[in-house]
Amino acid sequence: MFQILKMVCQRLLLGLLTLFVVSLIIFLGVELLPGDLAEAILGQAATPETVAAFRRELKLDLPMHERYIEWLLGILQGDLGKSLANQREISELVGVRFSNTIFLAIVAAVISVPIAVILGVLAALYRNSFYDRAVNVFTLSSISFPEFFVAYILILFLAVDWNIFPSLSNVNPGMSLWEHIYRVALPALTLTLVVVAHMMRMTRAAIINLLASPYIEMANLKGISKSRIIVHHALPNALAPIINVIVLNLAYLIVGVVVVEVVFVYPGLGQLLVDSVSKRDIPVVQASCMIFAATYILLNLTADVLSIVTNPRLLHPK
Amino acid sequence: MVEAWKLLKSAPFTAKLGLLIIVANILVGVLAPVISPYGETEIVGAEYEPWSAQHLLGTDNLGRDMFTRMNYGARNTIGIAFITTGLAFFIGSLLGLMASTLGGWVDQLLSRLVDVILSIPTLIFALLLLTIVGTTIPGVIGVIAVLYSAPVFRLARAVSMNVVVLDFVEVARLRGEGLWYIIVREVLPNSMPPLVAEFGLRFCFVFLVISALSFLGLGIQPPTADWGSMVRDNATLITYGDVTPLLPAAAIAVLTIGVNFVVDWFLYKTSGLRDDH
Repeated sequence: MFQILKMVCQRLLLGLLTLFVVSLIIFLGVELLPGDLAEAILGQAATPETVAAFRRELKLDLPMHERYIEWLLGILQGDLGKSLANQREISELVGVRFSNTIFLAIVAAVISVPIAVILGVLAALYRNSFYDRAVNVFTLSSISFPEFFVAYILILFLAVDWNIFPSLSNVNPGMSLWEHIYRVALPALTLTLVVVAHMMRMTRAAIINLLASPYIEMANLKGISKSRIIVHHALPNALAPIINVIVLNLAYLIVGVVVVEVVFVYPGLGQLLVDSVSKRDIPVVQASCMIFAATYILLNLTADVLSIVTNPRLLHPK
Repeated sequence: MVEAWKLLKSAPFTAKLGLLIIVANILVGVLAPVISPYGETEIVGAEYEPWSAQHLLGTDNLGRDMFTRMNYGARNTIGIAFITTGLAFFIGSLLGLMASTLGGWVDQLLSRLVDVILSIPTLIFALLLLTIVGTTIPGVIGVIAVLYSAPVFRLARAVSMNVVVLDFVEVARLRGEGLWYIIVREVLPNSMPPLVAEFGLRFCFVFLVISALSFLGLGIQPPTADWGSMVRDNATLITYGDVTPLLPAAAIAVLTIGVNFVVDWFLYKTSGLRDDH
């Protein structure tokens, strides 16, 4: 038990350290901008007075390390600074949008995880059959499709031809939960198609890996049916890698939504990020990148910790 | 030559299909000015004209010939992705081989740096860096190449770790050869096959990321024809049930699948990689 605690603590510390370094990169990256940030944003035509005022407002006249510490402390207290484009508090802009992004990711996960695990178990069960090979081709093509391709195909069929779902996912806080889910159906389906393949393949691989072990052979010799062996004997032991893959894909879902949000004009954090990049609204870009990176790192960390905690060998040391 | 032909004949159907797709794409890209009826950025008609004999695939949102743009798109999109992957491999494998050959603090420093790069999701990191350097073609190539040199570094380092401990490297060191000679003449040739397979895989990722960036309007900028931005520009047509904007997207998908098929076969051939027992 002590050993597990130690490993988990080590991972947590490492995660915190990574977060710290990432915050440094996100902050310092902007400092590397050739020339002066104020001049770069205001353009050549700006008068020296405007540039000076702008620098004061962004606190660019302070030394770098002071600004970094202030920025970091601000983030820790939920103060992300002000947007350059419309002078609004970034935390206001980001709040609703981030919850929208998380909502979309959760809907996609609720659809995709059961499908992926069931299809993966079936693929392991009917290994080398026609079904298995079809699954193989399907997974290979799904990692090859650009996300916007999948998204537009779904729009073409489900929104335009058959008119089942709306092609634009404009949501607002006043909507009921069902209305909300209905609106995000297409983006969620797109994300599902993108992540199912990977999760399914890993589930299949995790189970097949176990099928060669002696205790499975024993079960085989006892004459237990194949499906019972896989579901009762192999699956519990394959759980750790499967959970790991699922959490990693959740991280992907939250971060990978950028393109999908833009296609469906969904008001999430990804779209805000893309808009801010084209406007060069640097404080917003920094804040959204920090949130995305932190989510990604934290979920990866969770995957790490879960795979330590669910490992039977570590739980019951000899 | 005969051997290569024999090898090709023994390839599975998917690998042959993949090779065919790749060759066709390269041909279209190289011959774009010859097979295209109009110029790359020439406005030749009204906006969104339907498919006709004059305009095989209709015209786009500015009245440019879609078929012509597709051909030039092959040239630009694939060309830029290829240059980017090449650059990523140059940086990544050079530093990777250097890290394993030198060891010590160089290795530590580079490895930790790569850990950090890999801990941030690529697309997000790319967006951050593009805000800083600006969305020009050299900017996109540079940013993506640097980000994708990280996984290449890891592979090159891991593979060459097993090579640098071998006797002939020791001998070269004792002979007093310089670092460059040891890396290029001794270590690199013995680390090649995994790197080649990785090149194909990474090309797919780079190709998809650049297309995604262009689709977001942050990659290859107009008026250069490019498959990602062509989808973006003409996307409104889809809401009228027109499939034309899907063609560039489909072209991206088909090429990626083709490369994946070939890489799969190559991996199978060189390592006998199978996932079952």
